Amino acid sequence: MTTLEFLNVTKKYTVRGAGELLALDDVSFTLTSGRTIALVGQSGSGKSTIAKILTQLESATSGSILLDGKPIPRRGAALRAYRQQVRMVFQDPYASLNPYHTIRHHLERPLRLHSVVPKAEIDAEVKRLLERVRLDTGLVDRHPHELSGGQRQRVAIARALASRPSLLIADEPVSMLDVSIRLGVLNLLAELQRESNLGVLYITHDLATARHFSDEIMVLNRGVVVEYGDADDVILNPQHEYTRQLRDASPNPEALFSRKGAK
Amino acid sequence: MSSSVLTLDDFSIVYEVDPPVEAVRNVSLTLQRGEILGLAGESGCGKTTLAYGIQRLLKPPAVITSGSVTFHDESGDDIDITRLGASSLRAFRWDKISMVFQGAMNALNPVITIGAQLADVFQTHRPEMSRAERQEESARLLDLVRVGRDRLRSYPHELSGGMRQRVMIAMALALKPQLMIMDEPTTALDVLIQREILQQISELRAEFGFSVIFITHDLPLLLEISDRIAIMLAGEIVELDTPENIYRGATHPYTQKLLGSFPSLTGDRGGFIRGEGLAS
Repeated sequence: MTTLEFLNVTKKYTVRGAGELLALDDVSFTLTSGRTIALVGQSGSGKSTIAKILTQLESATSGSILLDGKPIPRRGAALRAYRQQVRMVFQDPYASLNPYHTIRHHLERPLRLHSVVPKAEIDAEVKRLLERVRLDTGLVDRHPHELSGGQRQRVAIARALASRPSLLIADEPVSMLDVSIRLGVLNLLAELQRESNLGVLYITHDLATARHFSDEIMVLNRGVVVEYGDADDVILNPQHEYTRQLRDASPNPEALFSRKGAK
Repeated sequence: MSSSVLTLDDFSIVYEVDPPVEAVRNVSLTLQRGEILGLAGESGCGKTTLAYGIQRLLKPPAVITSGSVTFHDESGDDIDITRLGASSLRAFRWDKISMVFQGAMNALNPVITIGAQLADVFQTHRPEMSRAERQEESARLLDLVRVGRDRLRSYPHELSGGMRQRVMIAMALALKPQLMIMDEPTTALDVLIQREILQQISELRAEFGFSVIFITHDLPLLLEISDRIAIMLAGEIVELDTPENIYRGATHPYTQKLLGSFPSLTGDRGGFIRGEGLAS
């Protein structure tokens, strides 16, 4: 059981000529193994800033981030151990894989860096990872450009799982994919989550998948959490005006046609 | 004045590579004046090729291999676009049919102010206008799409994504076209901005009466805004009907699959799994 606490975190960016920008204002939440939290909000609301702080690509201006009660290490082996626990799946599978390297290379690297298995077993572990994300193991020596967008995103997920993390941050993991395969990739993520008891932070602006994929939804507006609660409650019975605006702006054919009657 | 604005008859486009790719296959449809036609289908099904083909914007190896595209002008003239010569084609485009391109975030020239880019349209198509008239008309367009005339001297990078998209719409409106083709105009925007822009498109259509071909893969969105929806698969239109009929009684398996790809916001879980014990 792993617990990641994000406590009263504030992040300020200094903007040249325009003073300070408050990107996150006193944000708190707790991510635990086996649970999924969806983080929703408009462009610029601070969603990706949270992801960057969690992966230590940025540091918080104030507040604390605790993994099982301990602050995120700043450097060295301890930081590496943190990064073995908390992994990220990026939005754009066309940009997040290195075009010069094979799929094997992408999956071997985290295995070696984090000494997940003995050297002799790396080959078998790579194959096992591909099987876990339902990819043909014959793809192992291909390059990213030989794969479809959905296949690439599955490789990115396999890469994130390679270090056997307990928490996964998925930043818009399906928004670049064709609609007909989005559901398949999300269902795969949900399945992997159950198999490995992962805690997932699902960053999205799609309220419909946020509701179905997550246990809880956190709504962020201009760096402030305006609503945080059970996924169904937040969507079906939103308390905050901003959540209502987001919900009403999302296409919802079911409501449209039932309003027109004759169902 | 004809009640229809555009007729496609047995229209086909082939990419002449080896082996040839039939990107658009025998498409026939009639677009009514003032109608919003939604065009949906997966990546690579031929949506954008069809949109480009209608305006003859295709480049080799794409070749129109059969059929005709007839534009029914307000004046009563019928124009066969597939037969227009180079200079009449140049005069026709943007004046009668304009386009909001996919990835409008990148469709503006980054080193020219948006005022100058708008004025360019008038300089090319309305050479009789004076500089002052061009400027006034560009300013009026920016007011119309609620970017505001004080942004005339802004460069694209100084505007948000939503504002850039509005500038693209202003540019497409400039010559009061009878048909606007919008290729994924709101895909890169978040839901609130998307909703504002859709609202605006619908207001402008009510005011100016143009027709719209709205291309996207977001079927739930099309169900809300379209008068009719065409579903495209492998270059063919496999289903064409009103949103309500598509939603309730889609007959083609691909349409059904596409409808099933979107979990419902407020309804049941459908093809979606969560929590323990649910089979995949």
